[in-house]
Amino acid sequence: MINFIVDISYLLGAVAFVWGLRQMSTPDTARKGNLLAAFGMGLAIVATMIVPMDDAENNYSLILGSMLVGGLGGFTASKKVQMTAMPQMVSIFNGLGGACAVVLAMTELVHFYDGTVAFDKGQLFIILTTLLIGAIAFTGSMLAFAKLQGLVWDSQVTLPKHNIINWILLFATVGMTTYLFLGGAALGMSMAIGLMVLALVYGFSFVAPIGGADMPVVISLLNSFTGLSAAAAGLIYNNQIMLVGGILVGAAGTILTVLMCQAMNRSLFSVLIGGFGGEATAAKSTSGDQIAKVITINDAAIQLYYSQSIMVVPGYGLAVAQAQKITKELDDLLEQNGVDVKYAIHPVAGRMPGHMNVLLAEADVPYPKLLDLEDANSAMTNTDMVIIVGANDVVNPAANDDPNSPIYGMPVLNVWEAKHVVVLKRSMKPGYAGIQNQLFFHEKTKMLFGDAKVSIQKLVSEIKTL
Amino acid sequence: MDAILQFFNEHLILIYLLIFTVILGFEVISKVPTVLHTPLMSGANAVSGVVIIGAIILIRNASANDYLTLSLGAIGVILGMINVVGGFAVTDRMLEMFKKKKKS
Repeated sequence: MINFIVDISYLLGAVAFVWGLRQMSTPDTARKGNLLAAFGMGLAIVATMIVPMDDAENNYSLILGSMLVGGLGGFTASKKVQMTAMPQMVSIFNGLGGACAVVLAMTELVHFYDGTVAFDKGQLFIILTTLLIGAIAFTGSMLAFAKLQGLVWDSQVTLPKHNIINWILLFATVGMTTYLFLGGAALGMSMAIGLMVLALVYGFSFVAPIGGADMPVVISLLNSFTGLSAAAAGLIYNNQIMLVGGILVGAAGTILTVLMCQAMNRSLFSVLIGGFGGEATAAKSTSGDQIAKVITINDAAIQLYYSQSIMVVPGYGLAVAQAQKITKELDDLLEQNGVDVKYAIHPVAGRMPGHMNVLLAEADVPYPKLLDLEDANSAMTNTDMVIIVGANDVVNPAANDDPNSPIYGMPVLNVWEAKHVVVLKRSMKPGYAGIQNQLFFHEKTKMLFGDAKVSIQKLVSEIKTL
Repeated sequence: MDAILQFFNEHLILIYLLIFTVILGFEVISKVPTVLHTPLMSGANAVSGVVIIGAIILIRNASANDYLTLSLGAIGVILGMINVVGGFAVTDRMLEMFKKKKKS
């Protein structure tokens, strides 16, 4: 009877995962969907605790104690994290999931090599796969975290000829896995540890050269790796809910990876090779003697005040300056005066897929005001004024007309089709990808230099006096 | 070849499950709009914490004096639990912000 209850619980848990993720496709039901998935997880965990096992010593106190420690840790971290730091947070959580899979695989291997259990070839293959993907996801995510947190710069972890090193490491890792697979139980634990170290090093090394605008791709990819390692671990224990959960995550990560690559018109391969913006040589050097026009706060405020429609283009710079709330204030003020304010969100704005939407949601911007790339571009010609806050590469015309540019072919926001463009920027420095932007010298463009938050604050108080 | 055929026969149901879950996963998730990509990712991330189940099974099966397995299993449970609880809690925090705006 109890076995039946456990099986039903697993089934319900798996359905809850699928249905929960499905409800996440509209903002109205998304919260319920998340809670449903969490409920499914709770059900699965409880079922695993009570499922009858032969000669099990259970060790319940250890399990409950560990769950309490981990649960409290995760809960505290989730309450403290700032929305701007969300990509780092997701990276860490993701890495821990990968680490958990590594721990499982290594424990199984310990038992395999000391002769306590015997695995057939299929099982050994699955365990090695779990170890491999989990280890790559773990160190990769940790390095991604360090990069996003600004603890490590790409140049500090990238060696000369890094691509060749990565290929060698990849071949060594695959070779070692094959060796362990073919060798079977005759080999020792030291070989398994060797494989783990190799996979850990490879995970670090493969993320090392990737940076800047490619970060959303890497995070999505690592997410799908963790999902796959969970699914593989599910095969070890012949556990359906681990398999279903893992595959779903793998699918989510894969889809987001593909979407992010499409948003930048880059193949996954070229992202993995890295070096986006690393060689800024291709950018036009002719812009050196061009002069950008500057606009005063006063003029900008008047122009905004008398516009019919305004499009805000937020970039990560907006998040760095913590200018979301004040932008919303400007938005409210203009709306009161009958100005239509919309936001144009590029798919890779921010540091992870959809990051900018969360940041604006935190500032209470209603999501119907957020336009995606296509909608924003078709609304562009009817827009009186575009305000660019801390975005750069996603509004670079070189993506459309300069075949030499590293971002050529990437879909961008055609802000120059609007009547006027104002760029809020600290200085004339190139963007995150290190590419010069001709938009700043465009006839329609005016620059408003200074910290984005301070500038918008000034705009708000200026408009209030009008 | 025989080994492969045998593996296929023994795990036929599992292979069905695997393939259909892949299709289902792609179908369900490709409908999620850009606005919700970050919550989707962190929610999916929490789901990947399902590996914790493996760690629980590991500890339950270990004998009380097998300290290596017990400590590795405990690490697994802690890591998995951080991933699960933190992931779902942070996703809920984000989605709460999306909901709030509906009223205003």
